[in-house]
Amino acid sequence: MITNHISAEVGNPLIPAVPDLFWSSVVFVILLAFFWVKVLPGFKKTLDDRTEAIEGRLAAAERAQAEVAEKTAEIAKAQENSRAEAAEVREQARVEGVAILAELKEHANQEAARITATAKAQIEAERQAALISLRAEVGTLAIELASQVVGASLKSDKVATGVVDSFLAELETNDKASKGK
Amino acid sequence: MQRLAPKQEPKLLTNVLNLLTAASSEASGDGFVGPSLEDFYPDDVLFQGTFFAINRIMLIRLFVLVALVVVFWILSTRFKSAIAAQRYVPTKFQLLGEIALGFVRNNIAHDQLGKKDGDRFLPLITTIFFTVFGMNITGIIPGFNIAGSSLIGLSIVLALAVYVTFIYAGIKRHGMGFFKNSLFPSGVPKPLYILVTPIEFLSNFILRPATLALRLTMNMLAGHLLLVLCFSATWFFFFQSEGLWKAFGLGTFLFGFVFTLFEILVAFLQAYVFTLLTTVYIQLSLADEH
Repeated sequence: MITNHISAEVGNPLIPAVPDLFWSSVVFVILLAFFWVKVLPGFKKTLDDRTEAIEGRLAAAERAQAEVAEKTAEIAKAQENSRAEAAEVREQARVEGVAILAELKEHANQEAARITATAKAQIEAERQAALISLRAEVGTLAIELASQVVGASLKSDKVATGVVDSFLAELETNDKASKGK
Repeated sequence: MQRLAPKQEPKLLTNVLNLLTAASSEASGDGFVGPSLEDFYPDDVLFQGTFFAINRIMLIRLFVLVALVVVFWILSTRFKSAIAAQRYVPTKFQLLGEIALGFVRNNIAHDQLGKKDGDRFLPLITTIFFTVFGMNITGIIPGFNIAGSSLIGLSIVLALAVYVTFIYAGIKRHGMGFFKNSLFPSGVPKPLYILVTPIEFLSNFILRPATLALRLTMNMLAGHLLLVLCFSATWFFFFQSEGLWKAFGLGTFLFGFVFTLFEILVAFLQAYVFTLLTTVYIQLSLADEH
């Protein structure tokens, strides 16, 4: 057996002393148990947790990104919609404007026609009035002229009026006849 | 790499031993105290004469044990609070720990074994990496100045754990077919098995653990001897030699400084190599064909 006594001398470096082997084993066994039971499980768990967390966060980021993309699409769609709506409103307004303009024009034409008609009626009335007064005057003048020509025989008003009326009636029938022609 | 190693390490050992004899012959004259293998067998300070006697190197190992437990305990409380608070952004300390653990998990375990098997063997792989690195780095920490892994006991324990694990992995996956796969590689003409099988046995079941243990210990041992040689020479030239000889001290100090940096690299590299070979061996056991 190798004893401590031998190991204390200058020994062969290839042959271990018993205490050397003993303490080496002690140190090795303690460290092996320590790493096995205490250190490595915690190390593995830490790394696994970290991997899991990173993967989880990546997934969350991806989800968030998808959500953002979806929202962006939604907003773009809404924008497109409102643009289309605005165009529609504009178009409608244009059409309405055209209609209003046409209506106004129509109105103005009607007004103009009405004014023209009124003016025509008035002119006609005035012509009639002028005609009547002219007729009366012409009658008087004619009688005056005739009485001066005929003299006293025709002094009676009744006769004169009768003559004039019949003359006028004649005129009128002539007039009507000429119109009827 | 493991095929080269058995040739390398005895060479390294003889170099180291030559160095020792040279150093001790020099020591006789001028009071120069060079490094010696005695550095690796300090007096016991506790429990003298028992199988659990403690000397300086055992104390260093226990210190490394405590340091690793404290650091990773704090780290695991950070993990716990992060999980409880659902805080997914790590604190600075937590991030450092995650980088370290993640390096072993992703760049060693998962790369070699895939996710599923990598996680199955992760406790062993992680333990080996941080144990080896912690034990190696004491070689350049002032006050400790010797690697906890420079005595072969630790390397043997770790190599045995690897040995048991890759045999377990193989048997679990292939049953007894594992031994058939490893000893009788397919595609070899039957008569050649007389030649191939002993070689495979030697390489798979003897040289693998042996080179794992030797590579680590001899690297650390040589590193320590180199550093001690550089700095004790510096001490000698500065304080015990005369005149122009003192100037040599600058050179040896510079060498010592560079080798200290180099030892940091070696500490990491050896931890990486040990762990990587662990996963390679497990992977070879799990593979369907050799």
